[in-house]
Amino acid sequence: MIEVSELHKRFKDLHVLKGINLVVEKGVVLSIVGASGSGKSTLLYCINALEAIDSGTITVDGEDVHAKGTDINRLRRKLGMVFQQWNSFPHLTALENVALSPRIVRKLSRAESRDIAAKQLEHVGLGDKLNSYPSALSGGQQQRLAIARALAMEPSYMLFDEATSALDPELVGEVLDTMRLLAEEGMTMICVTHEMGFARDVSDRVAYVHDGTIEEIGPPEQIFGDPQSDNTRRFLAKVR
Amino acid sequence: MESSLNFFTGFKVLDLLFLGEAAARTLLISGISIASGTVLGVLFGWLLYEGRIFGSLTLAPVLDVFRSVPLIIQLVLFYNFAPIIGLSLDPFACGAAVLTIYTAALVANVARGGIEAVAMPLRRASRSLGMTYWQDMMYVVAPIGMRTVFPAWVGVALGVMKDSALVSVLGYIELLKASQILITRTQEPFLILAVAGAFYFALSFPVARFADRLEQRWSQ
Repeated sequence: MIEVSELHKRFKDLHVLKGINLVVEKGVVLSIVGASGSGKSTLLYCINALEAIDSGTITVDGEDVHAKGTDINRLRRKLGMVFQQWNSFPHLTALENVALSPRIVRKLSRAESRDIAAKQLEHVGLGDKLNSYPSALSGGQQQRLAIARALAMEPSYMLFDEATSALDPELVGEVLDTMRLLAEEGMTMICVTHEMGFARDVSDRVAYVHDGTIEEIGPPEQIFGDPQSDNTRRFLAKVR
Repeated sequence: MESSLNFFTGFKVLDLLFLGEAAARTLLISGISIASGTVLGVLFGWLLYEGRIFGSLTLAPVLDVFRSVPLIIQLVLFYNFAPIIGLSLDPFACGAAVLTIYTAALVANVARGGIEAVAMPLRRASRSLGMTYWQDMMYVVAPIGMRTVFPAWVGVALGVMKDSALVSVLGYIELLKASQILITRTQEPFLILAVAGAFYFALSFPVARFADRLEQRWSQ
């Protein structure tokens, strides 16, 4: 379970997150929607401590992410993350991209990590690209490679930061299908997304973030069918 | 008249061996200086990158001095000052020390450029996989950054090898000093300098070709 309480985050004078409270239970798929600059991505970065926080607490399975004594590198293994920019390692083949962290972080043998990597690449539909370099892969394939790379750490949670925003429109579908597959397999996911169709069809809960706070959170039927807040209604009218 | 003719003797085949031996010394002193200067330079480059304020206030000006003052002045100054501070160094050690610092000053900026070439999002991605700072440095930043600045580093290395000719002013008998000795004896500067030039070329060319080959392999 991921618990965020009274989270505040500032970038110098800019107050980005103004008291976020959020609970994500095991097995839940949560989509976070909202306008650009509302703080959605920053929230994700705070959850795995890629950004420091100013006040509040975030716990993952009861462990305080931002506490002094926390071994953040060990904690991050539970939190797979996929970014807007797919960030493949350009000097490694697809297989090596995925096998690297199991080998050096989980300390598995070379053979074991390659087995895991091959399995995960198969899982995301890249079984025929094991020895391709990222430069020979499309954006959609590289993003699925990034998903496989995160999955190879056998995380308990997956965080998606606008995973399809940087893709050409015709490549969005394959990445969303992979994310849908993970959701069906029961992965706990937090997806910051602009894909309203995905948020509506795949998520168990949808949170609308407005100006650094969670304006409204609930099942997709409520958020999309019967939003309680004026701001949510206004935002949804714009993106439809 | 007979005796004065004996004073100068022509270029002999054995002299090639003498030049070859001197070329080996050029290779030795530049090899040692480039290797140790690169290690030191990478460390300095990392300090420049990581300790932005500390680095730009303390290390950067020192490195600037070594990059800007002509090497021959550094050599002569260091060679004459070393005994004053109690170091008794032979020309080889003295030359190698100065060339090492000089190489390090040049490599520091190359290395910093290499680290900077690896974009922050990519480094965050490796950290998000649970890698520590040093694992990210070793397995992601170093290989990618190295590929980016490798041509610049080869330029520095070849430059230092040619600049090692200046160590001749300290009396270390490397290629240039050996050529001067032979020129004095044979009075055939064109021939000797052409041969010495050919030796320098023979030392650099394989390195340059090898570097090209590596770059080609990485670029695919």
